[in-house]
Amino acid sequence: MNELSLNIIDIVQNSISAGAKNIKIRLIEDTMKDLVLLEVKDNGVGIGEETLHMVEDPFFTTKTEKHVGLGIPLLKETAEITNGKFNINSRKGEGTKIKATFKRSHIDLPPIGNLEDTILTLVFAAEDINLKFTYEKNGKIFEIETGKIKSMLGSIPFSNPEVIKFLKEYIKENLKNMEA
Amino acid sequence: MKLEDLRKIREKAEKEMQLREGKARIRIVIGMGTSGIAAGARGTLKTFLDEIEKRALTDVIIAQTGEKGLASSEPVVIIEEVNKSKIVYGDVTPEIAKRIVAEHIVNGMIVSDHVIQVEE
Repeated sequence: MNELSLNIIDIVQNSISAGAKNIKIRLIEDTMKDLVLLEVKDNGVGIGEETLHMVEDPFFTTKTEKHVGLGIPLLKETAEITNGKFNINSRKGEGTKIKATFKRSHIDLPPIGNLEDTILTLVFAAEDINLKFTYEKNGKIFEIETGKIKSMLGSIPFSNPEVIKFLKEYIKENLKNMEA
Repeated sequence: MKLEDLRKIREKAEKEMQLREGKARIRIVIGMGTSGIAAGARGTLKTFLDEIEKRALTDVIIAQTGEKGLASSEPVVIIEEVNKSKIVYGDVTPEIAKRIVAEHIVNGMIVSDHVIQVEE
């Protein structure tokens, strides 16, 4: 994956496949601390201990357990080669928590990439569950939560043309404010 | 821009929905597994959203799914229509996504050169 944000989509898809009804994502960029932090917490089925060791192995493939993709080993690898840390906590039946840190200025750290389209993708992936995405950059915060969007919309689907228009502009405007 | 503005959109959309009994005609499902994402599925999804918005299609819903085991043809998109076979499209670049909307979803003509599977 040539963008960190594509890796986020991949990890979140794992959570959704694992039946998570609640997903919390935190992405932090801190220039002063030269740090990028990614945390994904879910209440899905969790991963058993045996599989847990395997998912950290880059040669592990999705063939053995359908809930787990390549995203985790890729993320672990990226964290480790950029002088960061990777941590995964999971228990069968209790959900999964992944935390990865990266040295922001490290040459091998892929760019965060197209965060606007990534957040839009995540929002549309989580219409029927609650997904909260928090993006912090140098002290500024943008938060979006699908449960809140759903409660405003009732039975109107996210894919209603005017809702699409609104969500696109809302995400764009808020990300722009982060840079200002 | 406030999230509360969505309530106004809801009121308007609910009136429209009453007129056509609220049923979605077509469901677009995009494969968002690892290989799909790596092959550009995020851009494919975005194109479908842009087209639904531009053409003001109110009878279409969009969803995502995990790995479909069709890695060599990613990005993969499935079109599900009431009382019709499911059409699975492969190698759906943004350009092909636009064609699927214009030809299949709007005009009912399957984009046959990109069909990789038909499911009854």
